[in-house]
Amino acid sequence: MADAAPLPKPLVPKPLGLLAELTHRCPLGCPYCSNPLALDSRDDELDAATWARVFKEAAALGVLQIHLSGGEPAARRDLVEITASAHAAGLYTNLITSGVGVTAARLGQLWDAGLDHVQVSIQDSTASSADHIAGYDGAFARKLALAKDVVARKLPLTVNAVMHRANIGRIGDMVELALRLGASRVEIAHVQYYGWALKNRSQLLPTREQVDRALALVEELRARHHGKIVIDAALPDYYARYPKPCMGGWGRRSLNVTPSGKVLPCHAAETIPGLEFWSVRDHALGEIWEQSPALNAFRGTAWMKEPCASCARREQDFGGCRCQALALTGDAAATDPVCHLAPDHAVVSALTTLQEDAPYSYRRM
Amino acid sequence: MNDDTTSIPPDARPRLPRGVRLVQNETHGWTLLGPERVIKADPVAVEIIKRCTGQATFTEIVDDLAAAFSAPRDRISTDVTAMLRGLADKRLLEL
Repeated sequence: MADAAPLPKPLVPKPLGLLAELTHRCPLGCPYCSNPLALDSRDDELDAATWARVFKEAAALGVLQIHLSGGEPAARRDLVEITASAHAAGLYTNLITSGVGVTAARLGQLWDAGLDHVQVSIQDSTASSADHIAGYDGAFARKLALAKDVVARKLPLTVNAVMHRANIGRIGDMVELALRLGASRVEIAHVQYYGWALKNRSQLLPTREQVDRALALVEELRARHHGKIVIDAALPDYYARYPKPCMGGWGRRSLNVTPSGKVLPCHAAETIPGLEFWSVRDHALGEIWEQSPALNAFRGTAWMKEPCASCARREQDFGGCRCQALALTGDAAATDPVCHLAPDHAVVSALTTLQEDAPYSYRRM
Repeated sequence: MNDDTTSIPPDARPRLPRGVRLVQNETHGWTLLGPERVIKADPVAVEIIKRCTGQATFTEIVDDLAAAFSAPRDRISTDVTAMLRGLADKRLLEL
């Protein structure tokens, strides 16, 4: 068979979304932040011209939506210029913000730059609890102010309500708040345990009873507010029967670019040892998407072990999350232990009872 | 916003709000983009959504589609109602 033609390489899927982490700087200290524990410094951040090039390359690669995130993207003085360059590349622009640093005047500039959508996170339904969770006095009031400015300009607003043990009982209040603010969409975002959240897991993890009540309530709220607000929610990972299809599959639908320019399949991928990430400083984005060793490491299904390899859901769950498999089993190629079929599922069952009321380790540079 | 969950007023002038865009792209074809949403638009959906400019009324859109595709008006009306109602419920269309 030595002269046989090599098998054609399977086509690399085309991404739909790019998360642009413009900076790791953020005035808030949320203990569940998805940024890595080792944060990029300001000196290492890509400049606006490089982002503009990345956006053009992203559009050529098929990307439709750019999520401008961080850290707090408004910590960048050139946020308006960066947004304008994404819009000029023909991309749908979504600003993911804590609200701090986006004044009414700056929002006006972002509107002129072509911003399509704003997502504001909230930490709770009352100022005192919300500011305690964020580790920043006055953050709640500034979020509400931005939300009003966004709606006044008729920009679509999503309220991202991050849920964990301290606030999960107030889902109803947070959805009411989102309605009052005029949001068209609210995300009930249960904390996922990576980065700073993993460090604070025992302080954040809800109980099974809390989760069961929350799920029933979300169904009720969806029915009650049908047509008025879209409620997106997912089952908190550790309490699910099957794993989440993390990122819709590794290197399949979306990619992250870090403040310093590294291209990742997801927020947490740098926790997996031995992966070689390429940077937009050294390569064109299309080349990275198709050829970088990290993006190919868990692409498709060939890397899977049993029970994933022969599972009927392998193209649906994609084996779950590689970072979680690594964090909980020590093997990034193992079945995500959230899955009830995973050999290591007992690890997750044991974790769900490890609540401990201790002070948060706030995210700090 | 109209709260009726099954019909669309004949004089409604449906339009895509800011933050919702119908785009054509070499890689993915026609898609409707909204907040955290990428919805593939088939040729029928494209023809309907293109007409949601805020200028034409629902009645005019249905008449126009019935003429353009030589199709029964009732059938077109039912299909357009279902699609626009679905988009409005997802806050992707203003009526």
